[in-house]
Order: sequence, then C-alpha cells, then structure tokens
Amino acid sequence: MSTPAAQDLRIITSRFDVEDGHTLAGYERTGGYAGLRRAMEMAPADVHGEVRTASLLGRGGAGFPAGVKWGFCPPGVWPRYLVVNGDESEPGTYKDRLLMERDPHQLIEGCLIACYALGLSQCFLYVRGEMAHAQERLAAALNEAYEAGYVGANVLGAKDFSVDITLHWGAGAYIVGEETALIESLEGNRGMPRLKPPYFPASIGLYGKPTIVNNVETLANLPWIVSNGGAAFAAMGAESSTGTRVFAVSGHVVSPGVFEVPFGTTTFRDIIFDSRYAGGLHPGRSLKTFIPGGASAPWFFEEHLDIPLEKATVDKAGSMLGSGAIVVMDDTTDVVRACHNVVRFFARESCGKCTPCREGTSWLEMILSRILAGQGRPQDLDLLMDVCDNISPGINWPPRQTTICPLGPSAVSPIASALERFRGEFEAYLPATAVSVTTASGVAS
Amino acid sequence: MARLNPASLTIAQEIIGRYPVPRSALIPLLHLAQEQDGYVTEDAMAHIAELVGVTPAEVMGTCSFYEMLKRKPVGDYMVNICNGISCHLLGASELIHHAEDTLGVKPGGTTEDGKITLEAVECIAACTEAPCLQVNYRYRNQVSTQDFDKIVDELRAGTVGIAPHGKLAKVRQQVREDRWSGVSPPDGQGEPAWMVRNPSTNGDGS
Amino acid sequence: MSEAETVVNITVNGQPVEAKPGEWVIAAAERAGVYIPHFCYHPRMNSVGMCRMCIVDIDTGRGPALQPSCMVAVTEGMEVDTTSDQTRKAQDGVLEFLLLNHPLDCPVCDKGGECPLQDQTMAYGPGESRFIEEKRHFEKPIPVNDLVYLDRERCILCDRCTRFADEVAGDPLITFQDRGDQTQVNTFPDLPFSSYFSGNTVQICPVGALTAVPYRFKARPWDLTEVESTYPNPMGDRVVVQASRDQVLRYQGVDSDAVNWGWLTDKDRFSFEGMASELRLRTPLVRGTPLGQPDPRGNELVEASWHQALTLAADAIRVAIDDKGPQSVAVLGGARLTNEDQYVWARLAKGVIGTDNVDAQLDDGLPADVVLGMPRATVNQACTPGGTVILLAPDPKEEQGTLYLRLRHAVVNDGVQLIELTPRASGLSQMAAFRLHHRPGEAAAVAAALVGGDIEPGPDGDIGGVSAADVAAAAAAIANRADKPITVILGRPSLAESAGFTVDAVAELIGFANLLNAGGRPGMAFLPVLHRGNVLGALDMGLAPGLLPGRTTLAEGGPAMAESWGSVPSAPGADARGILKAAADGQIDVLILLGADPLGDFPHRELADVALNNVGTIIASDLFLNPSAALAHIVFPAAGFAERRGTHTNLEGRITAQRQIVTPPGTARADWAIATELARQLGADFGFGTPEEVWDEIARLAPSHRNLSLEAIDTSDDGVVASDSSIVFSPPDDLTPLPPVDAYSLRLVSSRRMYDRGTLVQSASSLAGLAPTAALVVNPYDFSRVGVESGADVQVVSHVGEMGLPVVADPGVPRGTAAFGYNHPDLDVRDLFDPDAVVTDLRIQTR
Ligand SMILES: Cc1cc2nc3c(=O)[nH]c(=O)nc-3n(C[C@H](O)[C@H](O)[C@H](O)COP(=O)(O)O)c2cc1C
Ligand code: SF4
Ligand code: FES
Repeated sequence: MSTPAAQDLRIITSRFDVEDGHTLAGYERTGGYAGLRRAMEMAPADVHGEVRTASLLGRGGAGFPAGVKWGFCPPGVWPRYLVVNGDESEPGTYKDRLLMERDPHQLIEGCLIACYALGLSQCFLYVRGEMAHAQERLAAALNEAYEAGYVGANVLGAKDFSVDITLHWGAGAYIVGEETALIESLEGNRGMPRLKPPYFPASIGLYGKPTIVNNVETLANLPWIVSNGGAAFAAMGAESSTGTRVFAVSGHVVSPGVFEVPFGTTTFRDIIFDSRYAGGLHPGRSLKTFIPGGASAPWFFEEHLDIPLEKATVDKAGSMLGSGAIVVMDDTTDVVRACHNVVRFFARESCGKCTPCREGTSWLEMILSRILAGQGRPQDLDLLMDVCDNISPGINWPPRQTTICPLGPSAVSPIASALERFRGEFEAYLPATAVSVTTASGVAS
Repeated sequence: MARLNPASLTIAQEIIGRYPVPRSALIPLLHLAQEQDGYVTEDAMAHIAELVGVTPAEVMGTCSFYEMLKRKPVGDYMVNICNGISCHLLGASELIHHAEDTLGVKPGGTTEDGKITLEAVECIAACTEAPCLQVNYRYRNQVSTQDFDKIVDELRAGTVGIAPHGKLAKVRQQVREDRWSGVSPPDGQGEPAWMVRNPSTNGDGS
Repeated sequence: MSEAETVVNITVNGQPVEAKPGEWVIAAAERAGVYIPHFCYHPRMNSVGMCRMCIVDIDTGRGPALQPSCMVAVTEGMEVDTTSDQTRKAQDGVLEFLLLNHPLDCPVCDKGGECPLQDQTMAYGPGESRFIEEKRHFEKPIPVNDLVYLDRERCILCDRCTRFADEVAGDPLITFQDRGDQTQVNTFPDLPFSSYFSGNTVQICPVGALTAVPYRFKARPWDLTEVESTYPNPMGDRVVVQASRDQVLRYQGVDSDAVNWGWLTDKDRFSFEGMASELRLRTPLVRGTPLGQPDPRGNELVEASWHQALTLAADAIRVAIDDKGPQSVAVLGGARLTNEDQYVWARLAKGVIGTDNVDAQLDDGLPADVVLGMPRATVNQACTPGGTVILLAPDPKEEQGTLYLRLRHAVVNDGVQLIELTPRASGLSQMAAFRLHHRPGEAAAVAAALVGGDIEPGPDGDIGGVSAADVAAAAAAIANRADKPITVILGRPSLAESAGFTVDAVAELIGFANLLNAGGRPGMAFLPVLHRGNVLGALDMGLAPGLLPGRTTLAEGGPAMAESWGSVPSAPGADARGILKAAADGQIDVLILLGADPLGDFPHRELADVALNNVGTIIASDLFLNPSAALAHIVFPAAGFAERRGTHTNLEGRITAQRQIVTPPGTARADWAIATELARQLGADFGFGTPEEVWDEIARLAPSHRNLSLEAIDTSDDGVVASDSSIVFSPPDDLTPLPPVDAYSLRLVSSRRMYDRGTLVQSASSLAGLAPTAALVVNPYDFSRVGVESGADVQVVSHVGEMGLPVVADPGVPRGTAAFGYNHPDLDVRDLFDPDAVVTDLRIQTR
C-alpha cells in the first residue's frame, strides 16, 4: 500500500509511517491518549457537544452524524453499551483493517472517549474474523493499555471512571457488518438483521439495552476532535462533510492505495488521477466506469469525475460514498463479468432471512452465470430487470426495500447500472440464435 | 474427536467471563474449538452448549452461519484466494484457475496430502494489493502465478511460520484480575458514577 | 381485550376499521374481513417479518409505502391498501421467489388441498415459472423425532416451527442451519426434536414440509369430514376432529382464547390411534364356559348380548341390595366420561341403588370438598399480566401440557411471577421467580410462612427444607403483587405421600385467600390440576362420596334431590380407599368400574388386588379390557371420544361441547345409555332418549348448573363457566402427622410423566415407545452420602418392598429426597408404598 509522503494534513493515518506507532510507547510518544486526558477533564455532555460541533459523519456506510446518533440514547436507561463495527467486508473497502493494525491505540482511545461521553459502561470491539493480524495488534494494544491503566478499572486512576473493552472476533459473514446483525452476532446468534423499528440500536440494542454502534474510522477520529476541538475538525473539508476521510482506490489504476484526504473538497478526478493519489489509469487505457462507494453503490462514469467526495452531492448524483471504496474499471473490463462478480457476492452473503433477498439474489446470479456460459435467452435481460424490480420496487436510488436490510436491494445496483449503460455487452453474450425456453408451472390442485 | 480439553477449557472460562451474557462468547468459543482440533467437532459444539447454557442445536445454528467455522476437517492450510471485485479486475480468476491446476482441486477441495484446502473467497479487505490471498488468514499481496507456486512449495515444505488451520491470532486478550472492572449485566446497574458526577444532558437528541 | 380500551381508526381498502391499540395491521385487517396473504406471521408468536408475503401499501401520511403488515402496528389515520398495483406486484414477486425452489409435488403431499402456499399460488401466483435453473436439493423427508418428518425441499423457511420450538414450547432443538439460499431447518445430529409438543409444528407449517407420522398419506383433506369438539383432558383443549370413512384420522388444535390457543400435546394429538385400536371392546362380555357359552359359573369372559349382560348385572345388584343393603354396591371411576354419562351413573347409584360408596378418583387426587370448596380461577385469570402463580401441584408440563404452555407464556412474556411450592423442580423451574422446593410432606409449613407472615425457621435455619430467606422473599413478592390476581395451581404433588399434606397446605392458604377476596382485591383463586379427562365434571356430577350433582352435599342438597330422584343415600359413603378396604373385608358384593383400573392406578396395588378378588360381582364399563376389567364378571363396551355426544367440564369449570363424528366399535354404547338401561332393569325409568335430555335434567336439578342452557354451551366458542358452588372446605381439625426421616433414608416423591403405561398411550403405536425407562432421581449431593455413582444400578428398599434400578443425579431434586415416576411401563413404584404410611422412605443399597 502506498501513502505518499507529501500529503495534506492527515488526522487518523498520521501514524501509518511511524514504525512503532502501534505500540503504547510509539503511541504515547506521538501524542497518544492526550484526547482521553482532555476529555476526562471535561463534563461528558461537553465531550458529546464537541462531537456534535465536529458534525462527524459515520464512516461505516450510512454516513449518519455520530453526534446526533449518540443523542438517541433514551435518558435514564442503563446500562448502555458501545459496539465497535470492525467487520469491514464491503468489496473494495480497505481502511478499517489498516486503522486497527497500524494504530490500534487510537481506536482504543476513541472508544474510551465515546464511553466517557455517553456513560457506556462496556465496549465490545467486533473485529472481522479473517483479520488475524488486526486481532493480534488490538489484543496486544489492549493488554498494554490495561496494564498502563488506560482501560479497565479506574481509567487513568480516576475513582469513578472504569470501562472494560472486550475484544470480539467475527467468523466470516458480510451481513454481520449491518449493525443489528452485528448485535445479534455479538449475542451469539446467527447474524441476521433485526426488524426495524427500532431504527437505531441506540434505543434498543445489545441485550435490549441502548447501544451505540460506530465504525472503526468514525471512532478513530475522536482523539483528534477532543484534543483539537470540534470546530477545528468542522473547519476541515466541506460544509456538510467535515474533517478528512480515508478512501481506498483500487482496480485499474497505476498506484492503488489508501488515502486520507480532506472530506468533501477532493473530487473523484483528483483521487483517481492525481499523482499524489491513485495516479490515473495505465497508459493507453480509458475510463469505463467506477464504483464510488463500495459494491452496494450504483456505478459512476466519466461524467461524474468532477463530483466532489461529498456525501450530499454524491447522493444527489444517484449513488453513495458508502464505505469509501472507489473501484476503477478501464476499457478492458468485461462489464458482464464484473457485474456477475458483484451480484455473486450479495447472493453468497445474503443471510437468508427475507425471501426476496434469499431467493432473488441467487436467481440473479444464476441467470448471469447462464448468460456468461453462453446459455442466455433474449428475455433474460428483461427478466434480470424484473427480478431486480421485485427485490427493490422501482429500482430507484436510494433503493426501496421489500426486505429487512439493504443487502438485497444492493444486488440491484450493479445490474441496473451495467445493463442500462452497457446492454450491448450483455446481448453480445447471447447465442446468435437464442431460442426462448420456459417450463410450465406444475402446481397441482 | 473431542470436547474442549482442560487447557482450552481454562481459556474458555476466561472468555465467557468477559461477557455479561455467556451466550455472547459462542463465536469466540467456536474459534477456540477450531483452534484445538483444526475444525469444530460435534462434541465440541455440545460441550460449548453446556458452557453457555443453550442447546447443541442452537450452537449448530450459529456455527453453521459463519464461513470460517468448518464442521468437517480441512487441510493444514486454508488458501483463500480473493475473488472480490478489485481482485477480479486484476486477474483473480486466472490465479484461481492456476491454483486449481497446480493443486489439482477445485475450490472447497483439499489436496491428497491433506496439506492445503483451496477456497475462492469474497473480498478480504486488501483491495489495493490485488490480486491477493490468505493462508490461514495471513495475507499474501499482489500474488502472481509464480508467487503462488512459491507459496505452495513453502507450505508443503513447512518452511513458512504459519500455524496449522484453526489457530487465528497469536496474541490473546489477557487482563489481570485487578485491572478488570467487571462486566455490565443488562439488568441492574444504574447510571455510571462518572455520569452522575457530571449530570448528563444526553438523550435530548438535540 | 376489554371495551375500556380506546380504538385506533384506520382504513383498509377505503373501509373504516376500528383497530386495537398496538395491533398489527395484518390482524386488524383480518378482523375487518380483509385477508392479507402471509406465511411466517402467526398470531400466537412474535412477528419475524421473514416471508415478506404480507407486504401491502401503508400510508401514514407520508404517502403509500410497501411495508410488511405483520410488523407494522396500526396508528390513527393510517390508510392500508391491500389491492394496489404495487402491492400486487410485490406479492406476486415474493410468491414467485418462494416457488423457485419449491418442488411443487402437491399431488403426493399431505398438505395438498389445505396448503396456504398452494392456495396463494392459485389466487395470486404467476401462471408459469420463469425459473429454468436447477432447484435446490435436500435429502427427502428426514425424521426430526419419532412423530414428525421434515422435507426441507418443501420448506419455505417461515421460521414458524423453529419459533414454536423456542418461544412457545421452550425446546429449541430444531433451528435454522447454514446461510442464505442454503438455509435449512434441522436438529443437531442424533439429537432429535424431543418435545411433548412437536405435533403443533406440523399443524402450523404453512406448507407440507412437516408431516406427522401417524397421518402421513392417510387421507386427502377433501376426503375429510370434521367437527369441532373438546378433547377429554382436564384442560378441555378445543380441537377439530377429522375423520374419513367412519375413522378418526386427525386432531387439530383450535385457537381458543380462553383455553389452549390452538396447541395440543403430542400425547393427546396422536391418541386417536389408540381409539381405533384392535384392542377396543366391541361387544358385551360375561363369564362363561370355555366353549363360549354364557354361564355365571364359568371363568372365561365370553361374548354376550346386551340383554344378557344387563339382566345379569341387574340381578347381581338386586341380590346384593337384598343381602347386605345398598352400601354393598360401590362405584369406582367415571372421570373419563361426559357430564351426561356421569350424571346418569350418579343418579343410578345414589337415586336408584341408594349407595353413596361412589368415587371417581382413585385416591390419586384430592378430596372433593378441597376442589369444590375453593374459589375457582380461570386460566386467563392465572395468566393475567403481572399476576402471581403459586404452584402447589405436580409438574404441569408432565400432567397438563397445554396449561404448561399457557403458564410458560404468561411467565416469560407477561411478567407473571411464578412461585414453586413443590417437593421438586418442575418444567417451569427455570423461569420461576422462587423455587421453594420443600421436603416431602412439609408443604403446609412453607405455605403458612408464605402467607401467614410469621416466618420462624426450624433448627437448621430452614422451613420445611426451604431457606427461611427464600420464603421471606417470596412472601414479600406475593404481598407486592396483591393488586393483581394470585392463582394457586392446586393438585397432588406426590402420590408417595398422603393427600393430607396437600390439604393441610391448602388449609393454610385459604385463610389468606378469604382475606384478600373479602378486601375486594382481584384476590386469590385456585385452579385444580387433577388426573383423568373429565374428573372435574365427575365431581360436579356427584361421583364422589357425600356429594350430589351440582356441587352440593347429601346433607344440603339431599332433600331437594330426593324430591326429583325419589330418594338419596342417608349417610355419606366411602372414598376409593374406603371402598377397596371394605371390599377386601368382603363387605362389597358388587363393584361397578367406570373406565377405572384400580389395579393399574390405585396407589396401593396389593390392596386393590385383594379387594377385587373379594368382590362377588365386578361390572366394568370400559373402552378396553384393562387389567381390572379383565377380572370383571360383566363387561359393557363403552363408546369413547368422538363416538358420542355430550359435554365436558374443564379445570376452570368451563363446560364445552363434545361432538360425535364416527360410530362406536361393534355394539358399544354411550355410558349414559348403559346406565339408563341398567336403571330400567332395576325398575327405574329415567326416560332419557338423548344426551340432550340428560343435560336438560342436569340444568334443572344441579344447583351449580341451573339454567346453563345447551344452546349457550353449543354456540359460544369458549363454552360456559359454571362458577358457583355451595360446598365449603372445612380444614381438618389436626394436621396429618409427619414421621421423622432417619439419617440414612431418602424421602420419596412420585408423580406422573406424560408418557406412561396408560392404556390409551400404550394402544397408540406412535406413542407407546415414548415412555421413559424408570430411574431413581436424587440430588448430586446425596450420591456421596449414599456412596454411589450417577447411573449406577442400585437396590432401593422401603419397609414394604424393594427393587433394583439405576440411580441418576438431578439438582432439581432437593437433598434428602428421591424422585421416581409414578406410572412407568417397566417398574412399578407402588411396590414401595405402604398403604398404612403417610410417607415413603427409601434406603439405597449398592448392588
Ligand atoms: C449489508 C450491510 C453491511 C454493512 N457493513 C458494514 C461494515 O462492514 N462496517 C461498518 O462499519 N458498517 C457497516 N454497515 C453499516 C452499519 O450498519 C452501521 O451503519 C455503521 O456501522 C454505523 O457506524 P457509523 O455511524 O460510525 O458509520 C453495513 C450496513 C449494511 C446494510
Ligand atoms: S435483505 Fe438479505 S441480508 Fe438483509 S436481512 Fe433480508 S435476507 Fe438478510
Ligand atoms: S407474514 Fe409478514 S413477513 Fe411473513
């Protein structure tokens, strides 16, 4: 991974180049735990206030303002829990793992600050199972932090502030990234999303108690915000997308990488083509399409390049920044295969709870496989769209759901995007003289 | 094959002790069982059911939901080749085909010598390092077909410092009694002391 | 729900609908006559919103949006459209998705013809399948237990069976396994879905994925005729009885708000097999020659005509009366008959023969005045949210399954606090607020402390073996909830001890009850859990010593009844134990057994044995030739459940209809008719031609049933509750004396298990094998004391008998106590009971 030296102010990736940044020594040497100390001098409510002022948007995908979400904890209901979402599995997304491996103490400090601000009395650090190294780094960091008195009984010697952080492992299921599925999983159940309402675990979450679920990157910002003030954070980036944000640019680019850039001011063109970042396409290639925010996001094209990496604008343009995953495809890309690849992902990762997602996504995948195998039928392309329409009525953005969570509808994005723009490439896969086949229904009476 | 052995059992008790509700320890305990036997045996599931106070069927329900938890023996090394979109764009399919040819197994299969189980997996969050793979969840980045052959040779020769399948993190969370402040059970417990000290204005949503 | 509650006004397809607060849209629409298709939604379980079939347009002001109506609660002004184009499209889409992997093997599916999926497909589904890919495959039906098969290819993953197992039955032994489109329902390998309630999953499965072994391929729904009826168990579960070609093929639970909520135990659900058994009696039998000639001196039971059998019976009775007087005739049993049957037998015995030696219970229940003399609760009262339930009874899970399900729901979901006042753990222990597991025979002391306030611990700081602190805490808990109903589930917790101990405990509670009830509070009432189907009807109909029909005594109701009957016995007679003692002493010449098997059921077998062998003439009316009936001289074949009409009385006093759908085997007759005939032979014409005519007389003459019209009973789903009783329970003057237990002995607790050696269970091929094998259960602590290992074979010795069996550990049995099932098919615990002792103490000897 490349993190060019000459880069704008970096907040949360600042220790990526520090050799021992992941150790307590390295962390303390580089100003670590100052934010926690600062926070503990303030009243919890004021810490919360700073986060509101910072208008820190959630970095997990939904982009909901953290300060506001924190406010949803019903007053007077205790205990409250913190669950850290470190399940990073959205295809193209690569940032939380780095934040956990390279700067575990920053995340731990962020957790402690959140717990202090909201009276969260236990924190569960849910790390994706496949990330063995991240688990080691966090375990080591936690062990150090416990010994040094940053975590556990009487944080920093405070008589009345004690918080335990339990390191928890996932075991391989993308859907567990969805916050209510995450909680189910943390309760030892199958990771199947819960019914909404309640819309936020903040009201009813882990063990039915108020629970704040935040993404790793979101929490990693807290030490800086508390040390430097919410206003300073809000001053960075754009009006409604403040601070910096970490994007992973992958696919057909010269220097794929993970870049922390000012949120909302940088454009797609900058981050994809600027030599400080992904450095553009390979010689002689042209841009075909790119995914602006993870596999769930509708695809963008040439005409979207000058859109800034800013939530509202991207939403308006018909897609999302999601988890900060930009996947670039150049003109050599077989769109049908790419589309199938993404759809297969959702079909494989459906939890199976809702009929349309369980049956629909795998049906879509089967149809696409058949088309790729040269067994396509003329009517299959319309069939694909109609199945999509039955999973997400109207195929709009943001998607309408017939399902409990957005995973099902997410499978619609790539098909809608690709078919609309590159229908010809799909048709090219259909046998020249495709005969239409159907089977009669066999329902007896 | 076995219930949790005394060593594992001690660790299991520690893990359970870190959760307000025992059932929450289920997945970590299943990992522990897999670490002990290389996969999750039915006896281990039944044992874990006793430990957290649920039925074996409930443990099976959870265990079978998660891909990493294997209920049949696998090779010493799980070679998981990423087939996510970013790796796909940079030649994952070719790498997978090459792997099938060199190992002589399809994804999901285990080599005759029982050393290697091949898997084509979804995105493993190393997209800028495509194409990539994991050996027992240890990353190998930007893997060419030559690199792959080299990796396989090393695995067969046992010259890579990677523990056999089941062992995940080399470092465990360990907390001294006196540093642990105690789990927060969902029932009982009022407002935390530090909040009482500085009355909270949270919850007004504004 | 009560009228008091406000209504929420919504519109469904433009029609205004008055919904209940918090009600799901799907339920409100249903009540308004608009059916919203669904598969996973079930009114008695939590919504999971999985199938998505119930998706409709719901407009709460922000414009119509597709939402699952099983998860959205009604709100004022909500507009629901179940017919909009996008609703239709969404539902068609979901249906198509569900059918993708469904085998569509309707022609060979038990569910065919009564299958919601099939119906939906007809009504909504797309004509032809657009799915040409390979369907999902699973091994065809696999057994999930001895009674239920699962076909995972038909399963649509609605989570009903798995939710039932977890939420309703509390036996989460079937679960979802694997993920996504590979998800399947299954058990843990080699760990079957062993639940007393598994048959309910077959009934609620919306497709043919779960099928019942006893019903598989038996019939097609369109060949079935059906009637609604009442299953003859003390709960009076509402059922639909389905038959084809004059054969009962299936019982289905009916969702009655007041009673069983649609659930049945497997034991009851599959008992229809037993009713059709080859072993059923088909013709009258009398003693005769080996050549089959009727002959009073013969010792074979041979077939006879009704006329022969009835005249022989009448003669025997007449002779007995002439020789030794009416008291030399005794009647045992009748607890499994209809109210009408019971009434006519009671009138025959007490009004015609003139004997009061009549008892429907076999010393395995409680004295009639304890049962009828208490303020009676209803099940819904007991389950009132926030209320208190005191369990002074055998384990409801073993003895009264559907009551267990209702109580479990109340405790788990409605904050009812359960206090166990029992000698050992029950199926409800895990969720009990207090487990006051006392030493056998010491319930009264605990009861006294519980409601009397004065808690003075015994020498070792406990009360009857329960820690004084626990009793105090429970007492406080009761006091705190005194503004909500308190219900005592009352029964005979152990047959290894005298009923006197339970009576003493009740005596302690009744004072408190009267106090509360006087105070105009919701108060305290009792819900009797006794053994045998219509035992509470039997007590109401006077099949007990000293009683007359209508919950009145000889002394009080005698004169009035004599007016109509001509005469009634002058003095109270003996109960079952007294009758058998008298018989043993040769004082009983004629013993009439009404579906009763003293040899099998009476707690002291040798007494029953001697008694039956000393009786001149035994007349048995029964479905089967049980061991006692086999000793009879005259046997009448009786019609059973679904073979005759009548009414049934449940533990609340709720009277509901039982209906006929098949003809009885052979020439078997309803008991009311048999008794009427026998009366005529004895010169008394009751004039009963139909059970309805019998009921009319009951409604005229039985005080507690006065003016309960058959119409009312017939027409209302939940029947009619007979509540008033003129019987007052007068506590015995002195407590049953409790002998001390020596240091080397364990005191025995014995109660029934669900599957037993009972005739009906044993004649039902699917159930016969399910009875557990006998074992002595003791507290782990006592193993060291008696020096044996768990599972070891030991010799248990009481001072009347001994037997060898394995001993197993269970912390649910208190220290110093041993538990042993009452009715195991293999070992008979009664061999350890001493007829003259009030408790049974055992010693364990290693072999
Ligand atoms: C299908 C699905 C997968 C998700 N995966 C992740 C994930 O891997 N990591 C994450 O932080 N959030 C993920 N989310 C978003 C979470 O539900 C939740 O919004 C987020 O963790 C909240 O944290 P934040 O407010 O700090 O962003 C996912 C959501 C959905 C619907
Ligand atoms: S949409 Fe798919 S992943 Fe989400 S809850 Fe439904 S079935 Fe599960
Ligand atoms: S009935 Fe509503 S989702 Fe199944």
